[in-house]
Amino acid sequence: MRVLAALLRKELRLELRTLESVPGMILFGVTIFVVFHFGLDRASVEGDLAAGILVVTILFAGMLGLNRLYVADEEQGGFDGFLLAPVDRTWLFVAKAGALFAYLVALELVAVPAFALLLLEPGLGQALPELLLVLALLNAGFAIIAALVGAIAVRTRARDLLGPLIALPLLIPVVIGAARLLEPLLREGGAGGLDATWLAILGLYDLVFGLLSIAVFDPLLED
Amino acid sequence: MHGKGLRGLSVATIVVLVGAFAIAAFYAPLDADQGFRQKIFYLHVPLAIVSLVGFIVGGLLAVQHLRSRASIWDLRSYVAIHISLILGVAVLVTGAIWAKTSWGVWWLWDEPTLVSFLIVFLLYATYTPMRFAIEDPERQARYASVFAIAGGAFVPICFGAVRAQEQEVHPQTFGSGELPGPMWLTFLVSLAGMALLFATLYRFEIETKLTRGRLRALRRRLLDDDAPVQRRSAAPTI
Repeated sequence: MRVLAALLRKELRLELRTLESVPGMILFGVTIFVVFHFGLDRASVEGDLAAGILVVTILFAGMLGLNRLYVADEEQGGFDGFLLAPVDRTWLFVAKAGALFAYLVALELVAVPAFALLLLEPGLGQALPELLLVLALLNAGFAIIAALVGAIAVRTRARDLLGPLIALPLLIPVVIGAARLLEPLLREGGAGGLDATWLAILGLYDLVFGLLSIAVFDPLLED
Repeated sequence: MHGKGLRGLSVATIVVLVGAFAIAAFYAPLDADQGFRQKIFYLHVPLAIVSLVGFIVGGLLAVQHLRSRASIWDLRSYVAIHISLILGVAVLVTGAIWAKTSWGVWWLWDEPTLVSFLIVFLLYATYTPMRFAIEDPERQARYASVFAIAGGAFVPICFGAVRAQEQEVHPQTFGSGELPGPMWLTFLVSLAGMALLFATLYRFEIETKLTRGRLRALRRRLLDDDAPVQRRSAAPTI
């Protein structure tokens, strides 16, 4: 636990000092809303369209975070330093996923209000707690898969290409679940409830992939 | 000695597969709703099952590789995934043909089985580029194994998650319980034939790769040829 706290602190401090990922993710996210506005030629969206736009935007902005997640470790010897420390390697995965989760929260703190301002027809207020729950599950799924795939992609020649290519198919169940759950929440004229089946699927997917990633992460660090 | 038993396996594959298509064409009854076009079922479904099982087997072989660190297991995992990927193309093509003839469209999005197969296929399509992008052979093998294990686990999860949508347009192969006996028999023979085809292709590819590796080693000894090997395949060299 102490190891995890130290690693997480290191990740967040590094991000605060360099500001390599989060500002780019936020700017990219807001720009995507503008792109959607012109691409769809719609002044406002609701329901399934709104859910889709929100999920896709978070996904694509998150890809920037995925691509940057391990770059400093690879280029500046962070992996070597970590391997020299007598700690369990799994903690690095947990810390990276945690850091990415925090980046996504930072992204959503700006992007979701911006979405409400720019595109969303019904306000955010109508189902805020449910919305936060779904976003948390979406973030967890994304962070877990990105922390695993990022570790694979960072040591390949075409890292910026391979990361999203491998991650996107793995993320599709998360996208389906999150979009289905968000659709009734963003409906115009009163939010519908959460669908328990999809909630369970999304939660289980996060859990299963989390455990799986922990199981297979170690060999990625050996050298 | 390489290639032992390959001839027998090849002959068995040809006999069973041709037999399966023959009984599918002449013995299995015509489907009441779909008529003759339902016959593609005996090609499409076994292909899909064998291909998905091949992906999962690739993951299990990769577990063995990470345990033993012997590169032969990596080669086996690579070959299983490679063949499944090729069969996967055939699954998508036959599936599209079937969809066109029975639903009138080449592709149907509300169809969980089709969509999950496409997602799995897209995931595995990145397996070879990933191998190519890692220079160090030992690291390439390790990363490929991690990919294969994650992918192998993803296959059943993805099918479960996407199928939870409960759209029942796709003819369900199992659990419907209404497939008459002769159809079941034909289906099982086709499945056996397809599994044999997978096994034969798998053995052939493994033996070819091993023989080529041996040949390269011998040539190097004989000619003192230290020129680096031109790599046109992402397969591990042994």
